[in-house]
Amino acid sequence: MEYDTVIGLEIHVQLNTKSKMFCSCPNNYQNQVPNTFVCPVCLALPGSLPVVNKTAIESAIKLGLALDCKIAPITKFDRKNYSYPDLMKGYQISQFDKPIAFNGSIKISDEKNIRINRVHMEEDVAKLIHNAIPNEDSTLMDVNRAGVPLLEIVSEPDIRTTDETELYISKLQSIIQYLEIGSASMEEGSFRCDANISIKPKNSNVLNDRVEIKNMNRIKAVTRAIEFETKRQIKVTESGNRVVQETRGWDDEKGISISQRSKEDAHDYRYFPEPDIPIFELEYKWIESLKNNLPELPSEKIDRFCNDYGLSEYDAKLLSTSMNISKYFEKVVQKFSDSSKKQLHEFSKEAANWLNGEVLRLMNNNHIKDINDLKISSENLAELIEMFQKREISNSIAKEVLLEMFQTKKNPKNIVETKGLKKIQDIEGLSEIASEVINNNSRAIQDYLSGKETVIKFLVGQMMKMSKGKADPKISESVLKEKLQDLPK
Amino acid sequence: MQELLSFSILELGKRLKNRSLSSEEVTKAYLERIKETDEKIHAYLSILEDDAINAAQIADKGFKKNNISSPLQGIPIAIKDLLCMKGTKTTAGSKILENFISPYDATVVSKLKNAGTVILGKLNMDEFAMGSSCEHSAFGPTHNPWNLEHVPGGSSGGSAASVAAYSCIASLGSDTGGSIRQPAACCGVVGMKPTYGRVSRYGLIAFASSLDQIGPLTRNVEDCAVILSAISGHDLKDSTSSKKKVPNYLKTIDRGIKGMKIGIPDEYFVDGMDPEIKQATNDAIKTMETLGGEIIRISLPHTKYALPIYYIIAPAEASSNLSRYDGVRYGMRKESESEYGSLFGMYSASRDNGFGKEVKRRIMLGTYALSSGYYDAYYTKALKTRTLVCEDFQKAFTKVDLILSATTPTPAFKIGEKLNDPLSMYLSDILTIPCNIAGLPGISIQNGITSSGLPIGLQLIGKPFDEEGVLKGAYAFEKETKFYLKSSSL
Repeated sequence: MEYDTVIGLEIHVQLNTKSKMFCSCPNNYQNQVPNTFVCPVCLALPGSLPVVNKTAIESAIKLGLALDCKIAPITKFDRKNYSYPDLMKGYQISQFDKPIAFNGSIKISDEKNIRINRVHMEEDVAKLIHNAIPNEDSTLMDVNRAGVPLLEIVSEPDIRTTDETELYISKLQSIIQYLEIGSASMEEGSFRCDANISIKPKNSNVLNDRVEIKNMNRIKAVTRAIEFETKRQIKVTESGNRVVQETRGWDDEKGISISQRSKEDAHDYRYFPEPDIPIFELEYKWIESLKNNLPELPSEKIDRFCNDYGLSEYDAKLLSTSMNISKYFEKVVQKFSDSSKKQLHEFSKEAANWLNGEVLRLMNNNHIKDINDLKISSENLAELIEMFQKREISNSIAKEVLLEMFQTKKNPKNIVETKGLKKIQDIEGLSEIASEVINNNSRAIQDYLSGKETVIKFLVGQMMKMSKGKADPKISESVLKEKLQDLPK
Repeated sequence: MQELLSFSILELGKRLKNRSLSSEEVTKAYLERIKETDEKIHAYLSILEDDAINAAQIADKGFKKNNISSPLQGIPIAIKDLLCMKGTKTTAGSKILENFISPYDATVVSKLKNAGTVILGKLNMDEFAMGSSCEHSAFGPTHNPWNLEHVPGGSSGGSAASVAAYSCIASLGSDTGGSIRQPAACCGVVGMKPTYGRVSRYGLIAFASSLDQIGPLTRNVEDCAVILSAISGHDLKDSTSSKKKVPNYLKTIDRGIKGMKIGIPDEYFVDGMDPEIKQATNDAIKTMETLGGEIIRISLPHTKYALPIYYIIAPAEASSNLSRYDGVRYGMRKESESEYGSLFGMYSASRDNGFGKEVKRRIMLGTYALSSGYYDAYYTKALKTRTLVCEDFQKAFTKVDLILSATTPTPAFKIGEKLNDPLSMYLSDILTIPCNIAGLPGISIQNGITSSGLPIGLQLIGKPFDEEGVLKGAYAFEKETKFYLKSSSL
């Protein structure tokens, strides 16, 4: 039998507010001395009380609006009670029956929308660090993370494939980055994903019990876990057994999911309204003004890039995946903002090629996540692309210059000049090189003269080699051809 | 007893100001008095001798330089051990917090410190404020100064007993279902629970967050007004604190009650009410009438639900509020003997050893009420019924300005008498709980002494944030009856 995989994702996103969700401790806990960003509130000392961070609410509304959600006119917090060492109060302040945003969707392709069930606010827990002390069975606790604002985004079970999963995740990440409400990075732990997975016979509407998979720390782990879980559930079903509802943990090293908690052992969270935070109204005016001031979102940017810069949808999408790359792109093409539309479009296409190709490769090779960390100014990159476009340097030289720019932070003109990398375009210079190539390759010349015209490419190659890549290939070919015509056949 | 111990806050304030007395000598006299009385009543859990003398000296320096920050400067008071005070033990009357030293001040504590108050020490209470007799303190009961065999009421038993025994001039307590007013009635002092939100709860160890409120216990109504003015007001650290302006409660206190409409709810003359208390309450109604108040019979039909609502909502919130006491970051930690080294074993052992019987009972009640499958039948229903109780009061307050009743159905009972009968213990709060359910301001003032020599309390309940009205009524009654001048023979 053939099966469909039915996937719903629960995603936790840390917000980049200045302070924590319910106290004034700083929020940027990454790489800080453990247990220094704490106060009576986030340590849950007796008598302390939570106070809601208004910016966090604003961020939640922004995301809700960007995901086409309805925004709750009245919202409240609830307590989710359970005990675990990373949870200081013995309960997490979360939202239960009145989430701040609900009923939205993300368009992941022309054909497919993933519906969003809800977006709600809550607080992060402390970080447990297991076995960090050599030769000791220990767990250390860092409370700096406790109380960091989180949004939980719950999708409907509309996702069917790992491709759709990846698309959904990357769309959501870029929306969060565009809104500048969080870094949405799985590596940093500011974007965490749990998946609810079930299978159903193709063309059937009967859903099997779902299994929740936790502990997937990179996008590849998510897709691997889905693949593994699909196979596992099919195997269980086909062997005549039932898939049981449970929570399983993903072991990325071993590539398997392991049962953690059965349905019977599921927590009873004993949710009830948080009495320390009054129910509050979200004023219509406030929501409207946030809506009107929402920054450009990825889909809008793609349209604009296609229209204004004449980019292909493919290029526009690729550039828009990262907000910083798209911003950088616009700075690069600013150089041609006053030129004719045709010039601007041609330059933009070239710039997109470079950014999506060579620049991205350079970032990946050097493990750089943010284009701004390359420390190549947009002006310098624009200059390089212009030199290439004007054929002042060849493709291979341009790549070499780019690497040099990254290493030395010098500007490309400077590099080309000091290293003498400019293309040789003058006929005189090229004809000297051509003569030498003709003298040194008598067999190839014979072949050419006897009618094997493709040999000309080899000869141009030889000219490039002699000139260390500087010879302009087009002009070189015509110079060669002219010289060869003059030779006695 | 030295004469200077008998002065009210206002009387003492005058003498400190004209420097006929120094705060240091008064403070030392109180510290001496604590030693003398506490052997018998055990009101204090910790005595902050050095800090108190130090604060008194600073206050005196201020008086010398004519640098006077508030009417409470140099006044020696004490606070319930449920309030966090920096650098001092804050136990909540529980073994689980026996060695917890708070690293911060509750908002009311810093307000009192800024006002120049001298804090003498921290007062005994029922563990986590759960109880009506102070017998549930992990550190032993407090005794009633009027009769040492009787309880002082609770949970703020230490706060009431110390004021009655003149071992402080005034104190702070907290009131979740009557925990200020009931002990005030039992000990013959004034005790006020302000409107929910009037006083910041930041730094008050939580029992039931939607009901808890801090308030003063004093020897007379004027002192109550002075302290209430000092501790009230909005606090950025407590989202449930009100932004309403705080009036100077002393200013309007003596305007009388002529023309004021005073409601007498039939439902508050409960079955089993002590006949002397019933008589005293009826006498009080007559007194109010003589003073110009218009007496109106009213009905608060949902009163009978207040106690059951309370015993769902308060334990539910408590079960959650108390889950932070796990022995990890502070407080008692105990390893499990059967599962040594296991984390959850340690949690259980710490909580099992750290919490007393009544606290455990309420945690279980609350956990049960919030459990899936029971939540709607208990918690949701309690919230809905809570609205009905509130509406009763709203309707009543369209007709009257104040509501008058006895504070407790019986005078202070004997130590041990109700310890094994929690339901009958719970009933001693039957007249005070509705006020918490509806978040209203209420006061208990002295209404005479029973033939067996135990104080009787009179309760006045006001409209939300009308502490002025409540204090006006209370002051008029107190001035007329002078019951407050009687004190225990201790």
